[in-house]
Amino acid sequence: MTAIDLPPERVAARRRNRARKRREALLAYLLISPALVVFAVFVFYPFAKNIWLGLYRTPPFPGLPKRYAAYDQYARVLTSPEFRGSLRTTFLFVAMTVPTGLLLGLLMAVLAHQKLRGIAIYRTIFSSTVATSIAVASVIFFTLLNPQVGLLTYLLGREGEPSVLDDPRWALVAVAGVTIWQNLGLSFILMSAGLQGVPDDLLEAAEIDGAGAWGRFRHVVVPLLSPTIFFATIVGSILAFQAFGQIDLLTQGGPLRKTNVIVYAMYDAVFRQNNEGKAAVLSVALFAITLVLTLIQLRLLERRVTYER
Amino acid sequence: MGEAVGTDGAGEAPADQVVLRAITKRFEGTVAVDGLDLTVAEGEFLVLLGPSGCGKSTALRMIAGLEQPSDGAIAIAGRDVTDLPAGDRDVAMVFQSYALYPHMTVRRNIEFPLRNRRVAAAERDRLVAEAAAALDLDTLLDRKPSELSGGQRQRVALARAIVRRPAVFLMDEPLSNLDAKLRVQTRAELIELQRRLGTTVVYVTHDQVEAMTMGHRIAIMSAGALQQVAPPDDVYARPANTFVAGFIGNPPMNLLAGTVADDGRAVAVGPATVPLGAGLAAAVAAAGHREVVVGVRPEHLTLAEGSPLRATVAVVESLGHERHLVCRGPGDVLVTVRLGDADPTDHQVGDEVGLRIDADRVHLFAGDERGDRIGP
Repeated sequence: MTAIDLPPERVAARRRNRARKRREALLAYLLISPALVVFAVFVFYPFAKNIWLGLYRTPPFPGLPKRYAAYDQYARVLTSPEFRGSLRTTFLFVAMTVPTGLLLGLLMAVLAHQKLRGIAIYRTIFSSTVATSIAVASVIFFTLLNPQVGLLTYLLGREGEPSVLDDPRWALVAVAGVTIWQNLGLSFILMSAGLQGVPDDLLEAAEIDGAGAWGRFRHVVVPLLSPTIFFATIVGSILAFQAFGQIDLLTQGGPLRKTNVIVYAMYDAVFRQNNEGKAAVLSVALFAITLVLTLIQLRLLERRVTYER
Repeated sequence: MGEAVGTDGAGEAPADQVVLRAITKRFEGTVAVDGLDLTVAEGEFLVLLGPSGCGKSTALRMIAGLEQPSDGAIAIAGRDVTDLPAGDRDVAMVFQSYALYPHMTVRRNIEFPLRNRRVAAAERDRLVAEAAAALDLDTLLDRKPSELSGGQRQRVALARAIVRRPAVFLMDEPLSNLDAKLRVQTRAELIELQRRLGTTVVYVTHDQVEAMTMGHRIAIMSAGALQQVAPPDDVYARPANTFVAGFIGNPPMNLLAGTVADDGRAVAVGPATVPLGAGLAAAVAAAGHREVVVGVRPEHLTLAEGSPLRATVAVVESLGHERHLVCRGPGDVLVTVRLGDADPTDHQVGDEVGLRIDADRVHLFAGDERGDRIGP
């Protein structure tokens, strides 16, 4: 291809260079292969198998052969009133937990950011829920909401009435409350980290410029915190869409399916209805929701203004 | 902006714009500012100068209202502001980092103090346009700070300060983030701006060149305490103590231990004797010190072959227009001699030289820890 003949030493150098590149590429694949194997076994294969499962209708009685249903099962499940109800419940759950959790986390972070004596103790308390699991939180609140001896039952003035967890109007709210409490530690830590990133001299400049506490918060803190708030919203939403433990422990999707969020519906399809195919379709739907959220996040994070100083 | 109008008739001294009375600031265990008394006249450019950690920034922050003094009182424009929040003190501050709001355009940055004071939109636009014109920012109003150069950001910070015509400008090392060339240029622009606006300025810096060139007066601080307040030339010509003497001037003044002769008419510096003029001799006698510190500026030392004061050249620094010989004198003290470019000598490291002290230009300080100036 070259019109000019290269001197032999240059040709040799090129060949050596190419060989070196090949060796480096080989080494790179070798180094990531353990991770690839783990991903293949626990992510890629189950993911593909799941989509495939959704194409087959699970027989009503065990032992009968699966029937290929192509996309019919996807269409049937995704248009069913049960799925729509579950989706509505899930979105309602996200709407109840995410904004409230963020606001409370931000409020606590602002409080804990004050330079007060002993504030470190509050910081520890505020972030402590990250050290609990959703199961522990559920057990704690199950007790607090117990219709006979629960403290919250007393405080809510519901003595003698059925537990809020059995009340179709309030069960989802109660589960959302437990979730908010459990996520508060994470939300607090994220918001605190964001606040640390707001330079003191900006707040001081705003103070001298005549902005009151609210003005400084509204015009300086919130804008500078917006990347953090956005990140916490996306992460919080993804977590909320995947909520399962608290539902399973507190309400099992009831009463009247009022807490039948999408992951619980999946679980119910597999373990109660023995319908793998339906569960697979639901999980693909959840995947799609999570994918959209993640794409939004990546897109906006890429475009995010970095306020370098 | 019109001329500053005093309440009194012409010929009166300008009113005191900023008054600090016995201001003390204690942080846990340490005293950052110790009983600072300072008065800044209306229209004055006062520079607070000192090494880092001397309390100058803390003092400025107390004037701004960002720190609360542990003791003492602060008045601005005849009003006791000691307990007023920063926003109510009618001061504006320019920060070392400029502290521009990164999410706001230049226009929004400049008008932020006006919006907080609910200035009507039309008036606001007029004031912003005026401030922007004064600092040559007209074409940058719709940019964000991240799209500006360091010098432009600095000008936005200044515009934000002048837009609301405060009683005092407070500046905390505003030039130290600029490169050397821009710093010199901006220094001149700042002086010009202050002269044009006639607004009182309190300016904190650790750079003595900034202090000497910009300040009407310089207040020198060390270890939380005020050392001297005087116009730049006075500070240079009559430093109040050994700290000021060693801090102002580049290279700094040579400070040599000396002993007053029994007749009180001369001071012995090592093997050399420096005769004292009648005035200085009287002052020494009045002060009653025997051990003193003799201060000699590098330009008041000359090379003299026959002098009994011998030293060895340790370093030769050439700046083009002048040379500094750093010599090791008696008792291993380093002494700097400044030579003009007309000086014909060509000394090398290791050469032995004789030094002569210009007796008419020596400064005398007490030999104790404070080292107060002796004589006029």
